[in-house]
Amino acid sequence: MAPDIDSITLARETAENVDLTPRPGETLVFDKPRSLRSQNTHYCPGCHHGVAHRLVAELLDEMELREKAIAVSSIGCSVFIYHYLDVDSIEAPHGRGPAAATGLKRARPESFVFTYQGDGDLASIGMAEIMHAANRGERISVVFVNNTVYGMTGGQMAPTTLIGQKTTTCPAGRCLEREGSPIRMAEIMASLGGVAYSARVSLDSVKNIRDAKKAMRRAFQVQTENIGFGFVEVLSGCPTNWRMDAVKANRRIRAEMIPYFPLGVYKDVNTLNPEGER
Amino acid sequence: MRMNGERKFIKGNEAVGYGAMAAGLRCYFGYPITPQNEIPEFLSSALPAAGGEFVQAESELAAANMLLGAVSTGVRAMTSSSSPGISLMQEAISYMAGSELPGVIVNMNRGGPGLGDIGPAQGDYFQSTRGGGHGDYRTLVLAPSTCQEAYDMMIASFDLAFKYRNPVLMLGDGIIGGMKEPVTMWQPERPADHAEAWQVDGAAGREKRLIRSLRLDEGELAQHNRHLAAKYEAMKAEARAECFLTDDAELVVVAFGSMGRIAKSGIRKLRSEGFKVGLVRPITLYPFPADVLETLAAQGKRFLTIEQNTGQMVEDVRLAIRRHADSEFFGMMPGELPGAEDLMAPMLDAVRRK
Repeated sequence: MAPDIDSITLARETAENVDLTPRPGETLVFDKPRSLRSQNTHYCPGCHHGVAHRLVAELLDEMELREKAIAVSSIGCSVFIYHYLDVDSIEAPHGRGPAAATGLKRARPESFVFTYQGDGDLASIGMAEIMHAANRGERISVVFVNNTVYGMTGGQMAPTTLIGQKTTTCPAGRCLEREGSPIRMAEIMASLGGVAYSARVSLDSVKNIRDAKKAMRRAFQVQTENIGFGFVEVLSGCPTNWRMDAVKANRRIRAEMIPYFPLGVYKDVNTLNPEGER
Repeated sequence: MRMNGERKFIKGNEAVGYGAMAAGLRCYFGYPITPQNEIPEFLSSALPAAGGEFVQAESELAAANMLLGAVSTGVRAMTSSSSPGISLMQEAISYMAGSELPGVIVNMNRGGPGLGDIGPAQGDYFQSTRGGGHGDYRTLVLAPSTCQEAYDMMIASFDLAFKYRNPVLMLGDGIIGGMKEPVTMWQPERPADHAEAWQVDGAAGREKRLIRSLRLDEGELAQHNRHLAAKYEAMKAEARAECFLTDDAELVVVAFGSMGRIAKSGIRKLRSEGFKVGLVRPITLYPFPADVLETLAAQGKRFLTIEQNTGQMVEDVRLAIRRHADSEFFGMMPGELPGAEDLMAPMLDAVRRK
């Protein structure tokens, strides 16, 4: 008799450190990365943080970085990445991830140091820190999750909120005249001399998720190969604060976000040059 | 760098740099601001030459957060600044206190509020001894009054920071930073490559470690803050003060840092004229050496607190002696460089007024 899938799922979802070894009658078809802990996340249905976390964890495994990795979590929904990844972690104050990562890497250059930051953290309050860490060419990697909204505080306007997008602090929609235009970080990063790699990817489709992993791998590689600063902007969905379901959120990424935030590799060099040429 | 026993004629700011190097400094992060620029200038060459890391940060905000990152790995690291810059560092200092990280911060106090001036001042006493940033925490605070003490206190600062896993602040001022004196170099004995049980350096062959200040679970923060409070209570064992001619004194002057040293010169002159004046110079501002003062107060002595501000430490003095006495107060303003005579006048007034 086939096992009762629902009861297995429920039992495993409610436990914190779930044992995922196959039981009699079960076949393991999709394994959990070693770098990901067996713990439920607090993320909303349809949120892309879980996918992005998994990509990070897969790469830590594949590139054999888990045992030398130090993760810097930022302030926002993803602060709890420190509970979900099975790597040494610190929590940086809001926006200061790249500064804290600078300190970590300078103190322990043999470590693999990365930050995982949202759009409010990185492109608003932490703009000075990301710009200067990148410009110094700190040997760190940055995963920048752009979902055009402040998630944890309840859907306020972010520096990447699109023109016309309604949020709880721009209820009539973001207005160019009043609030300025959404900031394109991947392009800005590419203009800085210390940056070895800058790309923008999206998590809206299987193909784009595969491309996202490739980009993250390269952003990690420019650190492990001591080339320079690695940056990946990840367009992600936030169905809860966008007030739509997960499928519509994926459609919105394609229809509204990608046209303004074009996907692609903006810089990829094997040696840094002072002019910041690509 | 061979330093043992060597005597150098250097500024207080350089003494900070030499002392930190002797203490095993691995990383320095800073941003230019007067009157402490000789600290980053000295370390920008000395530290890399010794295999350490020097970073001129984009702001004091970033410098303090670089410090937070570096000390998370268990290495000895520091930053330095002066008053307006220290204000910007308060965010990271609060996080370091909450995360129990041993950051060392040097403040060469200048005049405030706001941009103030670049002269010596003691207006940051409250900020230094009351935590300084948000939340319920304390930092250990040491106050040098000579260049030698600045050197010695850097060594003590790192030891205390790691002993208590807590930020340590050394509060000097423009006089200490810019004044030149002979300083005897010495090197403390330190075990090589000591690893802390909490440091993050990659979870190889062990459980992952997490350094954080966010504590959302029910009761978790309350428990943590009680733990911190117990730690601050234990820190009281570190309280230090210099007592100068207090045994037979009728009037005890209480002054710290540069003011304490200038007051001491004044007291020597008054003693030669037959006035029974003594000095208590708090060496640790937090923990405050309250017991020393209370013991003297119980003996019936009178008190005069002298600071280069409008009255901050005097509150701690009054708290310490409240069961037996009160303290008079005399304040110099920022930028005023008092000579011993300037401080003798209020002492004379106080000692004569029985």
